[in-house]
Amino acid sequence: MSGSVPQPAEPGAASPVDPVAPIDRTGGYLGPTGAAAVMAASRATPARWRLLLRKATFWAGASIVLFWVVCAVFGYLFAPFNPLAQNLLAANAAPSGVHWFGTDPLGRDVLSRVITGARDILIITPLATLLATVLGTALGLAMGYIGGWFDTVVSRIVEAILALPFVIIAFLFVVALGSTVVTITIIIGLVFTPLIARTVRTAVLVERHQDYVSASRLLGESPARVMFGEILPNVMPAIVVEFTVRLGYAVFAVVTLSFLGFGIQPPTPDWGTDIAANYSGLLAGYWWQTLFPALAIATLVTAVALLADSIEQVLSA
Amino acid sequence: MTTDQASSPSSALAASGPALIVSNMDVTYRVRGQDRLALRDVSFSVERGESYGLVGESGSGKSTAALALVRFLPSNGRVSAGTISINGLDPLSMGKRALRQLRARTISMVYQEPGRALNPSLRVGRQIAEVFEVAGESSESAMSSAEDMLRKVQISDPGRVMQRYPHELSGGMAQRAVIAMALAASPSLLILDEPTTALDATVEAEVLDLVAALRREFDTSVLFISHNLAVIAKMCDRVGVLYAGELVEEGPARQVFDDPRHPYTVGLLRCIPRRGQRKDRDRLDTIPGFLPAPGHSLSGCVFAPRCALVQDRCRSESPPFFDVGDLRTARCFYHEQAPELPRATPSSVPALATDGIGGPLVEVEGLSKTFAGGVQALAGVDLAVHRGETLGLVGESGSGKTTLARVLLGLTAPDQGSVVTLEGKPLNADARRRPREILRALQIVFQNPDSALNRRHTVRSLISRPLTRLAGLSGTALQDRLAELIASVRLEDRHLALRPGQLSGGLKQRVAIARAFGARPDVVVCDEPTSALDVSVQAAILNLLADLQQQEHATYLFISHDLGLVRYLSDRIVVLYLGRVMEVGPAETVFTGPHHPYTEALFSAVPSLDGQRPDRIRLQGEIPSAADPPGGCVFHTRCPRRLSTGICESTEPPLLEEEPGHLIRCHIPITELRQLQLNEPAPSQGGSA
Repeated sequence: MSGSVPQPAEPGAASPVDPVAPIDRTGGYLGPTGAAAVMAASRATPARWRLLLRKATFWAGASIVLFWVVCAVFGYLFAPFNPLAQNLLAANAAPSGVHWFGTDPLGRDVLSRVITGARDILIITPLATLLATVLGTALGLAMGYIGGWFDTVVSRIVEAILALPFVIIAFLFVVALGSTVVTITIIIGLVFTPLIARTVRTAVLVERHQDYVSASRLLGESPARVMFGEILPNVMPAIVVEFTVRLGYAVFAVVTLSFLGFGIQPPTPDWGTDIAANYSGLLAGYWWQTLFPALAIATLVTAVALLADSIEQVLSA
Repeated sequence: MTTDQASSPSSALAASGPALIVSNMDVTYRVRGQDRLALRDVSFSVERGESYGLVGESGSGKSTAALALVRFLPSNGRVSAGTISINGLDPLSMGKRALRQLRARTISMVYQEPGRALNPSLRVGRQIAEVFEVAGESSESAMSSAEDMLRKVQISDPGRVMQRYPHELSGGMAQRAVIAMALAASPSLLILDEPTTALDATVEAEVLDLVAALRREFDTSVLFISHNLAVIAKMCDRVGVLYAGELVEEGPARQVFDDPRHPYTVGLLRCIPRRGQRKDRDRLDTIPGFLPAPGHSLSGCVFAPRCALVQDRCRSESPPFFDVGDLRTARCFYHEQAPELPRATPSSVPALATDGIGGPLVEVEGLSKTFAGGVQALAGVDLAVHRGETLGLVGESGSGKTTLARVLLGLTAPDQGSVVTLEGKPLNADARRRPREILRALQIVFQNPDSALNRRHTVRSLISRPLTRLAGLSGTALQDRLAELIASVRLEDRHLALRPGQLSGGLKQRVAIARAFGARPDVVVCDEPTSALDVSVQAAILNLLADLQQQEHATYLFISHDLGLVRYLSDRIVVLYLGRVMEVGPAETVFTGPHHPYTEALFSAVPSLDGQRPDRIRLQGEIPSAADPPGGCVFHTRCPRRLSTGICESTEPPLLEEEPGHLIRCHIPITELRQLQLNEPAPSQGGSA
C-alpha cells in the first residue's frame, strides 16, 4: 500500500478504452492504464439490468421457464385429460391425434402428465434453492468475515458434506422425515447450503480486505452490521449468479430423488417418477412414455442454465 | 485509414529524417454505435536520438496516442484521420506481415507494469532470447546476447536472473528486464508509457538514469509518456502537453516548464507544491471544473470551459498553434497573457486563530510488529505526534509506514510489549475493543477511495454514519452537521444521493475526508491521500486538508512517497527504513540537512521541477527483505557513506539527538555529515553493479 505510486485513476468513467488488453510483441499481457478503472466504473452502472433485456439467451431461457410456470399453475385447467384418469383400454397407445404424446401402461395421457408434472418441481426447486441461498449466504459471510478457527472448523465440515454423494444424504433424510413436498424442499435446501456457503465465503474473502471494511470497524460497527450492511451488498452479484446456477442443479436433484423413488410419490404426476415407472417399457418400444418427460426435464434445465449464463455475463461485464 | 503510399519517403531519405512524424492524427473509439473522438488533430515529431515527452493527466489520451502509433488500439478504436510515419514507414497502410516486422525491428514499447509485460510461465532469459531469435540469431547466440543485454541494463548477476521466472524478480529488476527486451531489437524508436510509475522513488531514479544512459549508448529516439511533470522535465529534450485529446503546448522541456504559455500548462504547474511553499503561508492554485467527457463535441478551445482568460472568441473559434518563440508553440489566442493567468484559488491562507502545536498527543514506545514468516515490519519504533502538528512519514514501500498507521488505528495488532498511548492513556490494540470516544479521536483517509468507500452506499449514508455512530447525532442536529461537513469539503447537496461510482476520483476523496472528519477527530491519518489522483485534483485536496486542519485543530499523520507534498504539509518529518526510525526532525531541518544518508538518498532520487538538483547520491538495489534485515546498521548494505571501519556492519547506531528536536540514527557525527553533504558528491556504491 505504501510507497508505490499507482497510476491516477481515470476519471472518465465512460472511457472508450476496451478493457480487453492488447498483446505486445514482447509476449506480454498489457492493459491500457484505464482498464481497471473502466471495470470498476461499470460495476456501479445502475442501468446494468437493462443490458439483460438485450440478450437473446435471456429471452430464450425466460420464455421456456415462463411456459413451464404457466403449466405448473394452470396445467390442470388446460390439460386435455385428467392426468390421473386411467383407461386400461387405451394403455400404451402410441402418440396419435387424440393422445399427442401417447399413453402410459395405465392408459393415462402422457401429455397431460407432462403438463401437470411441472407443478411440484416448480414449487420445490425455487423454494429449496432460496432456502439454500439464505442459509449458505449467512454461513459463507460468517466463515469469510470471522475467519480463524471458526472458518477452519466449518470449512472442514462443509468439505466432509460435499464429499458424500448427495443421494446418500438425501436418502438418510427421507427415511427420517418421510417424503413430502415440504421435506424434499428442506432436504435439497440443506444439501445445497454448503455449496453456496463456499462460493459466498470466497467472495467475502476478496471484499474483507477492502478499506471500507476497516473504515467501518473504525466507526465501531458491530460484526453483524459489517457482514450484512457493508459486505453483503457487494457480494450480492455473486449470490444472484450462484442462485440461478443452483436452480438448475436443484431441478436435477428433485428429478433424481423422484426417479429413485424417494421423491414425489405416485400417482401424483411427476417427470422423474414417470420415467422411473416407465423406462422398462423402452424395451417394448413404448419410447414416448420416457422421452416426453425426459424432454421436459431437459428443456427446463437448459432454460435455467441460459438464464444463469445471461445473468452472470451481465453482472460480470 | 489512409493509404497514402506516394507520400511516404524512400528508405534512403528515411534514414536521415525524424524517427517519428505524426501529423493531424485523430483517433476515434466507437462506443455503443457512436464515434467518440479520443485524440484530435495531434501533430508532433521525434527527431533521431531525441527524447520527446508526452505529458497529460488521466483521460488526456496519452496512452491512446502510444497505442495508435503501433496500431495496438482496441478493436473499437481506429486512427480516423491524419498520418503517421515511423522511420519513413506508414504503419496505417501496412499489411499484417509488414506490421509484425515494424513491431519486431523498429519500435519497442515499455509499459507501467513490468509484471504484466512478462510472460509469467517463461524464464526471463528465454523471453529476452526470443527477441534475438526473431531477429535471426541461433538459439545459442541468442542466449548469450540476452545475457549481454541484461548486463547492459545493469543487472549484476545476469546468468542467475536469466534462470528466474518473472514473479521472482522485484519490480525494479523486472522493469530492467523489460527494458532489456525492448532494446534487444535495437529499435529506432522506444516508447515508454509511464515506465516508472509503479516503482519506488529510489528505484525510479535508477531506472531513469539507466534509460538516459542507454539512450546515449544506443542512440535511440524515445517517446516518453507520463503524468509526472518532473520526470518528463528530467528525461526529455522536448515536451508536448496533452489536454482532452489535444496537444495544447509544445516546446523544449525546460522552457515549457519554466515559462509555460498555455493557460492549462500554467495552471497545472501551479498545482504542484514548490520548494518554499508551506501550508501555513500559501495555498496551491487549482484548475476549476472537470475534464470534458470523452468524445465531447466542444466548439472552440477545449480548455475554454475551465480557463480564467476565456473570451467569447475562445468558445466559437478553435485556436491554431501560435509560435511563441524559442521553438515553442501554444494553442491559445491569449498566450501572451497566460503567465499572468488569474489564480483560481487565492494564495493567502485564511487567518484563523490557531492553537499552535501543543504537547504529545499520541505516543508510541518500543513499537514492533512481526508478521507471519518473521517479516518484521516495525522494529522498536519510538515516536510522538504532537497536538496540532502534521507529522510527515516518509520511506520506500516496505519501510513500515502503513503498518505504523494501522497499528495506531487498531487495525493491526502490534507485538507484545509495544505501547501506544493517546493523551497518556494506553490504547487497546484492537479497534473493535476500543470505546467510542477513542474511535472518534483517531480516524483515517485511505489512499484509494474506490476501496475505502462502500460502492453500494450513497454519499449521504457514507457521511452520516460516523455522525450517528461516533458523534451520537440524530434528527436536525445530524442534518445540520451533515450540511456543514458537505460545505467544508466543498461537495454539493446533489452529490448526497449519488453512489461513489458516479463520482470522479477527487469527489470520492472529498467524501472520504468528510467521513473521517465527521465526528471531529483529534488525529487523522492521511495514508497517501492524493496518490491515486491527478495533479490538478491533488492540489484541491491538499488545500482542503490544510484548511480543515486550521478549522478543526486536527493533528495529521501524513504518509506520502511524494516529498514535495510532505514538505508542503508537514511540521515534522519521520524517515522510516525497514521498520526503524532513521531520522526525525522539524520539516525544514530535515529537508535542508545535514540529513541521514538514507534521507539524503531519498531526496536526491526524486526529480524536481525546481531546477535540477545535483544528483548527489544514488542507492543501489532495492530495500532488503524485512524477514532477514541486515545486521548492524540496517542501511549499511545500500549506504553510499558507509564507514570503512566496519562499525556500520557490526553495530546498530543509536537514534541520537544531534540538534534540538533533530534525531539521526547514524555512526557518522552530524558535523561530518554536514561536511560530506555540502562538499563532494558521495561515491556511488559500486560493489553490486
